[in-house]
Amino acid sequence: MNTVEKTKKLSLGRVFVYLFLSLAALFSMFPFYWMFVMATRPSSAYNSIPPIITPGSLLVENFKKVLNQIDFFHSMWNSFVVCAVVTVVVLFISSLAGFAFAKFQFRGKKFFFTAILLTMIIPPQLGLIPQYFLISKAGLLDTLPGVMMLFFLNPLGIFLMRQYISEAVPDELMEAAKLDGCSNFRIYRKIVLPIILPAFATLGIIVFTAVWGEFLWQFTVLRDPEHYTIQVALAQLSNTRNVDFGMIMSGVFWATVPLLVIFLLFNRLFISSITEGSVK
Amino acid sequence: MDHVKPTIGTNKVTIRKKRYRSEAKKDMISGYLYIAPFFIIFALIGLYPALFSIYLGFQKWNGLSPMTFVGLSNFKMVLTDPLFWKSVYNTIIIGMMGTAPQLVFGIIFAYLLNQAFLKFKNFFRVTIFMPYITSMVAIALIFSVLFSDHESSLANYVLSLAGLDPVHWGSSEWGTKIAISIMVFWRWVGYNTIIYLAGIQSIPNDLYEAATIDGANKFQQLIHITMPMLKPFIILTVFTSTVGAMQLFSEPTVFLGTSAFTRDEAMTIVMYLYRDAFKLQSFGTASATAIILLVLISAFAAINTFLTSGMARKRRGD
Repeated sequence: MNTVEKTKKLSLGRVFVYLFLSLAALFSMFPFYWMFVMATRPSSAYNSIPPIITPGSLLVENFKKVLNQIDFFHSMWNSFVVCAVVTVVVLFISSLAGFAFAKFQFRGKKFFFTAILLTMIIPPQLGLIPQYFLISKAGLLDTLPGVMMLFFLNPLGIFLMRQYISEAVPDELMEAAKLDGCSNFRIYRKIVLPIILPAFATLGIIVFTAVWGEFLWQFTVLRDPEHYTIQVALAQLSNTRNVDFGMIMSGVFWATVPLLVIFLLFNRLFISSITEGSVK
Repeated sequence: MDHVKPTIGTNKVTIRKKRYRSEAKKDMISGYLYIAPFFIIFALIGLYPALFSIYLGFQKWNGLSPMTFVGLSNFKMVLTDPLFWKSVYNTIIIGMMGTAPQLVFGIIFAYLLNQAFLKFKNFFRVTIFMPYITSMVAIALIFSVLFSDHESSLANYVLSLAGLDPVHWGSSEWGTKIAISIMVFWRWVGYNTIIYLAGIQSIPNDLYEAATIDGANKFQQLIHITMPMLKPFIILTVFTSTVGAMQLFSEPTVFLGTSAFTRDEAMTIVMYLYRDAFKLQSFGTASATAIILLVLISAFAAINTFLTSGMARKRRGD
């Protein structure tokens, strides 16, 4: 009797857990679904009461209106170029520095490492204005390299790489390579790089998604629609006089879907990158 | 022959020593060389701008004509500006409404997601986490449509079902704050859930087994085992959420669209800073605001972190 009662009580709790999590999932998914609905409906659909919550047929038509407003594909490409270059540069700088901190002895090592951790505390807004004038002095205002410059600075990357390299690259392997007359940079290229590829995936995802979604700096630096990244371009959609919700949501939909597909394909990698990036 | 051996031996040792020494020297040079790129970039676009900002805080400058030293008058100007204090108030209110529930729900979600019997675990995890992948601009646009001033916006329709009057989500004092807070909550709750989940998974199972043997129910286990063991993770998320909340910019800016810098209902500190610098060309006061922001961020982060660790200690005490 006791066990029967227990299972009954437990299963009730289980139903509650499923119910609660399903509601949470619904809450998470609904804005996405609704974005899709609006992206497929004419602007007039927005005025109907009760609101329409089923998809229509204007997915392509609305997107054509987006193309009239902003240079969508060019902006996506700009964003991609910025993110790709920044990711490669940050991976290189971080792994090199992480390698040095993990495997070499040099004077002031502790000091430098602490300095890197401290730089993580400086809020990005503090330097915004001088950074703006620096980029402008360098003639990089309103250019993609001007946008990239700021993101090359990534202390978290060094932190992650040091951690990973000191755990994953065996000292014996380095010693052996040195006895064979390998230079340090050759050791980095031939031994360290292949070993830390998984960490590259983690850090790469963190950097790429962070830069992809960043807004303040891109919004500050870019002026000419020709150079807009997708975030800046999207933000322009609601700045038109006659706000067309179907058109706005269509732009957001097509800009969001590629990233969501990539996320759904590699979701485990994404989620583990978050925990590794912040917990360790 | 007996003479030769030791000499060879010492020779070898000195060679090895020499080699070791040059090796160490090489390593040292490599070390400096490999960390140099970061520090060059840091000096150029991290340290120099930060220091220059502090310098600018004491100058009057419109970006074109020469700067003039004005002492503390920039700070005085900002600190006596009602709009600045309004932006501080807005930032704190949105910060509290947007982030505090995140942490509570994050722990609940993580706890439920960790239940052994749960099926479709990855489905729930992925759906709850998905908003985090989406860019803030996209989210702000979606929410600006969900929560528009129109009577027919979905948010107002839901209110009307409950017999309530429509709210001006884009232009009223509390409407804007609530809409933006919901948006912030929606985007970040999954992120915190994932962090807490990692924390919960690191708690050894024997603790729960022992508690079950001692007759503790699930709720007691949550309060007396999960929460205290999660303490470092809670402190981490409180810290990052506080810092993030104080830096709120993209969400309100895009959500409000054209009225972002002309209305004050949802103007945050960073928006105030941005407006001073890039709309009013008053770079001195904007830099002063940046310095004040740094002080505020440090203070709030310290206070919140301190309170969280204090709370956890108290809970463990009884």
